[in-house]
Amino acid sequence: MHIHFLDPYRPRPSLIHRLDPRVKFALTLAFILAVALTPLGAWPVYILLFSIVLSVEILSELGVSDVLKRSTLALPFALAALPMLFTVQGLPLLTLGPLTLTQAGLERFAGIAAKSWISAQMAIILASSTPFPDLLLAMRAFKIPRLLVAILGLMWRYLFVMADEALRLMRARQARSGQPAASAARVGGSVAWRARVTGGMAGNLFLRSFERADRIYAAMASRGYDGEVRAFPLPHITRGQQSILALGLGLLTLLVLGGFLFWG
Amino acid sequence: MLASPVLVPPPAPPAMHIPDGFLSVAVSITFWVLSVIVVGYALKRVNQDLGERQVPMMGVLAACIFAGQMLNFSVTGGTSGHLLGAAIATILLGPWAAVLVLTCVVGVQALIFQDGGLLALGANIFNMGIVGVAVSYFVYRTIQKLAGGRSWSVLVGGFAAGWTSIFIAALACALQLALSGTSPANVAVPAMGGIHALIGIGEGLITVGALAFLYATRRDLFQARQARPVGGRAVWIAGLAIALALAVASPLASSHPDGLEWVAEQKGFLDVARKPLFEIIPDYVFPGVSNGTLATILAGILGALIVFGVAFAVAYTRRNRQPVPTDH
Repeated sequence: MHIHFLDPYRPRPSLIHRLDPRVKFALTLAFILAVALTPLGAWPVYILLFSIVLSVEILSELGVSDVLKRSTLALPFALAALPMLFTVQGLPLLTLGPLTLTQAGLERFAGIAAKSWISAQMAIILASSTPFPDLLLAMRAFKIPRLLVAILGLMWRYLFVMADEALRLMRARQARSGQPAASAARVGGSVAWRARVTGGMAGNLFLRSFERADRIYAAMASRGYDGEVRAFPLPHITRGQQSILALGLGLLTLLVLGGFLFWG
Repeated sequence: MLASPVLVPPPAPPAMHIPDGFLSVAVSITFWVLSVIVVGYALKRVNQDLGERQVPMMGVLAACIFAGQMLNFSVTGGTSGHLLGAAIATILLGPWAAVLVLTCVVGVQALIFQDGGLLALGANIFNMGIVGVAVSYFVYRTIQKLAGGRSWSVLVGGFAAGWTSIFIAALACALQLALSGTSPANVAVPAMGGIHALIGIGEGLITVGALAFLYATRRDLFQARQARPVGGRAVWIAGLAIALALAVASPLASSHPDGLEWVAEQKGFLDVARKPLFEIIPDYVFPGVSNGTLATILAGILGALIVFGVAFAVAYTRRNRQPVPTDH
């Protein structure tokens, strides 16, 4: 069993998939920045931003419901903003014992949750519509140090190998462990003992990685690797793609400016 | 049980990866700048130490930490403990390599798996990669020194480094949220600190288990590290300073949440109180509609209509699309 299903990339013959990875990367970052810059309470701008993300979802042919399902992953973190409901001063809406729910608090909380949800969707579309090597190319174009990009590239190549390795360790543990009929029953010694076993597995994984890294280095050196990371020059960005980039950036700037003028 | 996709937990999202939307732009950018500086320096240092081995070594170990986070053990009920890895990476690889490895792990988690936001990535790298590593290094080295390098100090140091790295990183995360005005300090600090004081025990125990295994099978890994303490004094001092600053600032901030709020306001981080330049719909009342509730409902309906109108229009243009040949 291999865990390639972890890779979120889904090939589709869509417009979004065919965008240059650099354009897509820049637009995604700009979109998330625009969402962050939009003042809290500028609900019409949020609606427009949400329309944009929804349109991109439809254009990308990834399946709107799939993207929405994945975007709920980040929602539990909204708990961190929950106290805002009661601590922000404003018009009281509801009193629960010692806590008073205020309108300003509700608006702040809803704004934070909406921002987080809209941004997560755009990030999901980027990851699902762009193969990782293309993202590396975009990172190079954004002047991220070549060594770091090379490390990330190698990490990606061995991520699934090491994840398979971890999976094998877990399967071996499962094969040697009893399983109670009642799933709630506690088995397998104390929590500390179980943690130690898991630690042993982690140590084993480390050891295997050290050894694998040595083998990989030897293989690279035998093929002439001298520490210099060489890469093909970046391809040209076509006129059409450039205009998409300009249009997208312009639209986002307008939205943010509008948000500041009317609701800032 | 056979391993099937359903049984494999995806890299569990620990409660410390801040998603986008929770940090103000000013806080996000500040921590991006700090992280870029430290990671850039780490890149240089590791290149000096490892040379051409750097890329394969760091790449594979980043993949290893990422995969290691899938290893979990059940605690009670449905909860489970798992490894984050800052302490073990620091102890085995030295601080600079650990910063690089964790930066890659946190970066891939954000970029590919949406575990943490992209704009918030700078802060997440700072908390887990830089604070976690500096504090681990400080705690582990101090216990080693105090014990005179005796073998039990590896395990005690490992547990203490694991626990402290998680706890202090959580405090950093709570303070960033408070500075952004998304969570009041008097709630965020005790809540984040409390939860991660527990998670830290799991991290400490797994770290001990891993170190005990490696100490029994490959003692040379530890000896090589002790003969050549990389980074040295500066990292130790940085770890001490970070741990002290956060341990002092957090209770202060949580007992005087207004203080932090005041800072946030002074810096213009809070943008609720400002007056807009123009008001299209003054006080949420639609022109011509005097009832507030009705106006809010109307605005909601209008918003929903806009969203679905746009979505429908986009879908409509795609209705007769010819399949495009692709190179995939």
